[in-house]
Amino acid sequence: MSVPVQAGVAAEVLDPVAEVEAAAVRGGLRRVRLGVLGWVSLVVVALAAVLAVVGPLVRPFDPNLSDLSFAYVGPYGSHLLGFDGQGRDLFSRLLVGARTTFLGAAFVAIVAVAVGSGLAVTAAWFGGRFDRVVSAGLDVVFAFPGILLAVVAAAVFGAGLLSAGLALAVAYSPYVARVLRSAALKERAMAYVAALEVQGFGAWRLCLRHLLPNISGLVVAQGTILFGFAMVDLAAISFLGLGVQSPQADWGVMVSEGKTGLLQGYPMESLTAVLCIVVVVSAVSFLGDRLESAGKQAHR
Amino acid sequence: MPDADGPVLSVSGLRKVFGTQVAVDDMSFDLAPGRSLAIVGESGSGKTTVARMVVGLERPTAGTIVACGRDRSRPARNAGERTRRGREVQIVFQDPYSSLDPRQSGAAAVDEVLRVHHDHDAATRRRIVGELADLVGLDSRQMSALPRALSGGQRQRVAIARALATEPKVLILDESVAALDVSIQAQVLNVLADIRDERGISYVLISHDLAVVRQLTEDVLVMQRGVVVERGRTTDVLDEPQHPYTQRLRASVPGPGWKPTRTLRRPA
Repeated sequence: MSVPVQAGVAAEVLDPVAEVEAAAVRGGLRRVRLGVLGWVSLVVVALAAVLAVVGPLVRPFDPNLSDLSFAYVGPYGSHLLGFDGQGRDLFSRLLVGARTTFLGAAFVAIVAVAVGSGLAVTAAWFGGRFDRVVSAGLDVVFAFPGILLAVVAAAVFGAGLLSAGLALAVAYSPYVARVLRSAALKERAMAYVAALEVQGFGAWRLCLRHLLPNISGLVVAQGTILFGFAMVDLAAISFLGLGVQSPQADWGVMVSEGKTGLLQGYPMESLTAVLCIVVVVSAVSFLGDRLESAGKQAHR
Repeated sequence: MPDADGPVLSVSGLRKVFGTQVAVDDMSFDLAPGRSLAIVGESGSGKTTVARMVVGLERPTAGTIVACGRDRSRPARNAGERTRRGREVQIVFQDPYSSLDPRQSGAAAVDEVLRVHHDHDAATRRRIVGELADLVGLDSRQMSALPRALSGGQRQRVAIARALATEPKVLILDESVAALDVSIQAQVLNVLADIRDERGISYVLISHDLAVVRQLTEDVLVMQRGVVVERGRTTDVLDEPQHPYTQRLRASVPGPGWKPTRTLRRPA
C-alpha cells in the first residue's frame, strides 16, 4: 500500500488486506503446539520429503546394478547396509525407493482429500436429494476395500503405481467425505453462513473462502491420516506385484523381494524397508493427530 | 426505482408450512421508509420464520414479499439479483458467537462485503470500514481483532456494521440484543437508535422483550401460533392491550407491585 505510515500501528491495523493475511497467520499453524514428539515427527516427515526429491540424486551407487557374487553380503565398506539377494546396494535402493513410496502416498492422500472434501462440501451445501444421492454413492464405494479396487484397476489398466494410486484414492475418498460432510453440515448451520448468504455472496465464495477454511484443520488431519494408510496399502499392493514394478526400487517392493532373504536368514532388505515405512507412517499419523486437535481448538 | 412514499417492505398473505405444522399464516404488513416495526410473541410463535422468509433464507409456502418495489418471494435467479437483494434488506441474528466467521476480523468481514457489492478502491473501502466502525462504536483495534477476542456486545456491533455495509433500506433485528446482558443491551440499542436517526433506515425488530420494543419501534404486531392477533402503534398496544394474549405477554413483564408467587398460584 502506498499510504504513508503516520501513526505506525493505527495505519497498519486499518489496512484490511494486511489484516486478512495477519488473521490467516494467527489462525494458522502458529497456534499448533507440537511438543517434542511432534517436532521429531515433523523432522522425520521433512526428511522423508527431502529424500523423495533428492534421494535418487545423492545415492552412492546404481540401485539396479546387480552383482550376484555380493548377494546377501552385509554392511561392507562404503556399502552402508550391504546388499540384497541380487547383489544390489541396499542403501541406494532405499534412497531411490523413497521417491515412489512417498510421492505415491502423497498423490493418493491429495486426490482422496480433494475429491472427498469437494463431495462433502457440495453435499452439505445443497443438502436434500443431492446430499442423499452422494451419501448413498459413498456407501457403495465404502463396500470395496482399497486393495480390491487396486487389483481390479491393475487388471483393467495394467499394473503400475498410477492405477494403484488412483484406485486407492477412489477407495479412500468416502472416508474423507463422510467425516468432512458432518463437519461441513455443522458449519453450514452457523449464523455467519446465513448472514453471508443474505449479503448475496455466491456459493463458490462462501464455500471456498468461509466454509472450507473453517474446517481446514480437519481436512489437513484427514490428509495426513490417509497418507499413512496409503503408504502401507501401496506397499502392500507393490508386495502383491500390482504396484511399482521390479526392478524399480520401492519400499513396498523391497519388503516383497526381501522375503526370500528373510526365509534364508538374511532379513536386512525387508527389515530396513519395513523400518522406513513404519517410521514415516508413525510420524505422519502423529503429526495429523496433532493438527486435528489444534484445528478443533483454534478459533473457538 | 421504487417511489419514495411507498413502503420499503410489504408483506401480504404470507404463509409457511413445515410438514403438517403451520408456522406462519396469512401474515400481512407494510413498513414505511424510516419507520420501525416490532414483531412480538413468545418462542414458537413464528416471528423468526417471518424474518427468515423476508431475507430469503426460507421460501414462503404462499404470499408475497416486496422490498423496495421488487418481489422477493422466490429465490434469486442470478448473482446480480442476489446482491441487489443484499442491498435492500439485511439481518442481524440473535447469537453473537456464531454470527461472525471465526477466521475473519470485523474489518476484513466488512471489507469483503464492500468488495462483493461495489468496485471501490482499497482507500475508499478503508474509509468506509472506518466510518462504519465509528457508527457502531468500535475502535480500529477492536475492528482488526478476530471474533474470538471480542465480547458478545462487540461481536454484535461488528455484525451490525457488516449488515450496514451494503447500505440496506431495511434492517431486520432478529432478537439481536436478547443474548446480551442488560447494560450492553442498552448500549447496542442506543447505537441502533443513533443509526436510524443518521441513516433513515427502517427496522423490523423481532423480540420477546417489550421494553426493547417500546424503545425502538413505532408500530407493533403481536403474533401467536403463527397468526397476528393484534397490531397498532407500539405505545397503544403496550399500554392498553386489547387481545388477551397481548395482555398476558404484558402481564408477564416484572414491574412495580409484581409478586411472582401470586402469579404462580393463580387458579387455573
